[in-house]
Amino acid sequence: MSRGKGSRGNGSQGKEQQPAQLKLKPAANGSVATLPMPDTVPPDASESTLFPDSGVRRRWLALLAIVALVLAGAAVYGVSAFQTAKTSQEAASPVDLSTAETLPAAPFVMFRNTAPGQGFGQAATVLLADPQGQRALSGHTCDRVYAASNLVSCLTTRNEIPTKFTATVYNTSLDAVESWDLGGIPSRTRISADGSLLASTVFVSGHSYATAGFSTETIIRGRDGTVHGNLEEFALISGGTQIKAADRNIWGVTFVPGQPDAFYATASSQGKIWLVQGSLKDKTLTVAAAGIECPSVSPDGTRIAYKKSVSGTLVGHRNIAVLDIASGTETVLGEQRDIDDQLEWLDATTVVYGVPRDETGQDSDIWSLAIDPASQPSLFIEHAWSPAVVRQ
Amino acid sequence: MSDRTGGQKDSQAVLPAAAATAFRLSPVIIWLGIVSMMTDISSESVAAVLPLYVTGFLGLSTIAFGIIDGINQGASAIVRIAAGWVSDRTGQPKRVAVAGYGLSMLARIGFLFAGGFWAIAGIVTGDRIGKGIRTAPRDALISEAAQPEHLARSFGVHRMLDSIGAATGPLLAFLVLVLIPNGFSTVFIVSLAFSVIGVTVLVLMVPGRSHGRVSQEAAAPRPRFRWSQLRWATLKKHGLARLLVTAGLLGLLTIGDGFIYLILQDRGSFAVQWFPLLYVGTNVVFLLFAIPLGKLADRWGRIPVFLGGHLALLACYILAVLPLAGLGATLGCLVLLGVFYAATDGVLAAMVSRLTTGENLATALGTAQTVVALSRMAAAAGFGVLWFVLGPVTAMLWVAGLLAAALTVGTVLLGGARHWRAAP
Repeated sequence: MSRGKGSRGNGSQGKEQQPAQLKLKPAANGSVATLPMPDTVPPDASESTLFPDSGVRRRWLALLAIVALVLAGAAVYGVSAFQTAKTSQEAASPVDLSTAETLPAAPFVMFRNTAPGQGFGQAATVLLADPQGQRALSGHTCDRVYAASNLVSCLTTRNEIPTKFTATVYNTSLDAVESWDLGGIPSRTRISADGSLLASTVFVSGHSYATAGFSTETIIRGRDGTVHGNLEEFALISGGTQIKAADRNIWGVTFVPGQPDAFYATASSQGKIWLVQGSLKDKTLTVAAAGIECPSVSPDGTRIAYKKSVSGTLVGHRNIAVLDIASGTETVLGEQRDIDDQLEWLDATTVVYGVPRDETGQDSDIWSLAIDPASQPSLFIEHAWSPAVVRQ
Repeated sequence: MSDRTGGQKDSQAVLPAAAATAFRLSPVIIWLGIVSMMTDISSESVAAVLPLYVTGFLGLSTIAFGIIDGINQGASAIVRIAAGWVSDRTGQPKRVAVAGYGLSMLARIGFLFAGGFWAIAGIVTGDRIGKGIRTAPRDALISEAAQPEHLARSFGVHRMLDSIGAATGPLLAFLVLVLIPNGFSTVFIVSLAFSVIGVTVLVLMVPGRSHGRVSQEAAAPRPRFRWSQLRWATLKKHGLARLLVTAGLLGLLTIGDGFIYLILQDRGSFAVQWFPLLYVGTNVVFLLFAIPLGKLADRWGRIPVFLGGHLALLACYILAVLPLAGLGATLGCLVLLGVFYAATDGVLAAMVSRLTTGENLATALGTAQTVVALSRMAAAAGFGVLWFVLGPVTAMLWVAGLLAAALTVGTVLLGGARHWRAAP
């Protein structure tokens, strides 16, 4: 093909140096008409009959009509969504609410209140003795929350430009004592039983279509200010050899009661999932078992409850299972639904966990389940997510 | 933007060589630029909120989603060659481009109804494949509509409009989420609206069948496309092979914005939460420099500008590891990256266009895009390993050294091809 004529294929846009579109609808074109059309008319404009004058007019009219239509449609949808969101935020909550000034003195459960209406998304507490009773709102919005007797860890998404993610620690009076930026979307948080260590897991994304992939970032911090570091930088050891694959992901820390150095977590690489035992002092993660995800050590330290992937991979249905640490016996429990939450121990023989209430992903309930395989789950707290049981 | 009106006078006064043909911007290029702008607003607005949406929906399966998405990107890169080939074979680049833009538009509709892992993965796959399909025929349309003397500048105009979209999309999406908490469906609707506008502009305002018309006008009948033309021997013509080797070599040392910002962040130059805005900033620099650097490429020759763009990348690598972390280093890198994209993206398309005969144009453009995309993916994967083994600073210094060496090799490889000079 010859390249001599620079502007073939577009000569149809106008005739005799006069752009048809400009004489058509000078007023209605609005901003479109301000395009520098006169400069852009090709020299050989008259040779083409691809878009005859009437065709150009029709095309412009069709374009303007479609643009107006879709923009109006999007605007109507946006305004309606805005009003729905506003109405929903101001609506009365379906649950009995009060405002908390402090953490309860008696044993309690802290969780994310997902009841629609006022107080949605806030960290709230109920007394362990009356989990279905009145819930006290903390006044702080959290995506993930965990509590010890004197301390709350709250991971939040802040809708700003751009969206930001923050971890905040609240004291017994629910005042913020420390806050730091997170590198991604909140996923898990835990506090050690004595309140000395905080763990947080977030999703870090490529931020752009140009960079693929999601990874987790899990960090353990001491309440004394020590940052024990990003667990991805700990040495991951399996059978005496170190796994150096770059796609390692670590998430879901659980602290071992009474052992300040020890924790368990999930590690994943090349599609495999492991339970790892961590040491803060040695900065190591040692593979203890395979196929165990989001571990949670029981209060007496003898069992680990976790999610078990049916397929053994990162995709697939997750059951709940319990591992007896001393004997290595695994018991799969009677929950049929797909679980994606880090389990929490209600007492020595019962676990609690969140299950989405509907397809929207906005509302969920907390269920409880005894670790007997014959046991069936029962509703523990309605309209709630991310439970933390504080037995004192 | 201002360049468009002033450009004509400039080239006549300052540029005796290019003054032979005054710069006249074809409306087709503006319309294609608007199509890309609308589509980028659409795709980048979704991209900005997709992580939040996906993790909200998928929880920890998000990690698996990331792996699938990596495979998608590879598939999307390879689709470009195929789409370019179909475009050449049928002589209908517009129809192929419509198919690509249309597929991405359908994916937007899918987002409104998606739940579940495979639905979301499928939709994102469709979007990426659509992106893969549309790029080569679109660049072929630009190339055909542009004056050969002003090819890089014409691509610059298109890339500027494209980058306006890429910079606007995320801001628009964040704004929607500020106004409407959990307003993902509104983001998807807004994204769909811009996607529909993009496809509408393409269908209504960009003339098709230009290939067919050209071959009718030409004295000799256009040779039929044959499989043999896909062969390496075809690509070797006119030094295209040398260009692709150079582009691939340089691509292997282009580790991506993400790692550069990660290093700067690792060194405490800025808070992690500003990450998304750095991409917006890079796009703003890209759009500011796209036309001036395209113009420069037409005037000085495209090879020096293309290689010079990689010098900007090299400078950015060095700046990122110099012991003067801080806001200055971050902003400096942002500007250098924007300049790098402005000096290489459209300019490469212009170079490939000049080295190709018409009936292989889209295939060659698609091949170049695939080479660049795959080599950059390999670079990102490789740098991830280097980061872990050597540590970020040492790894970056190695890559910088290799890039300097590759630039030397590239200069030698491209230096032999005198006919690449823009000036007649």
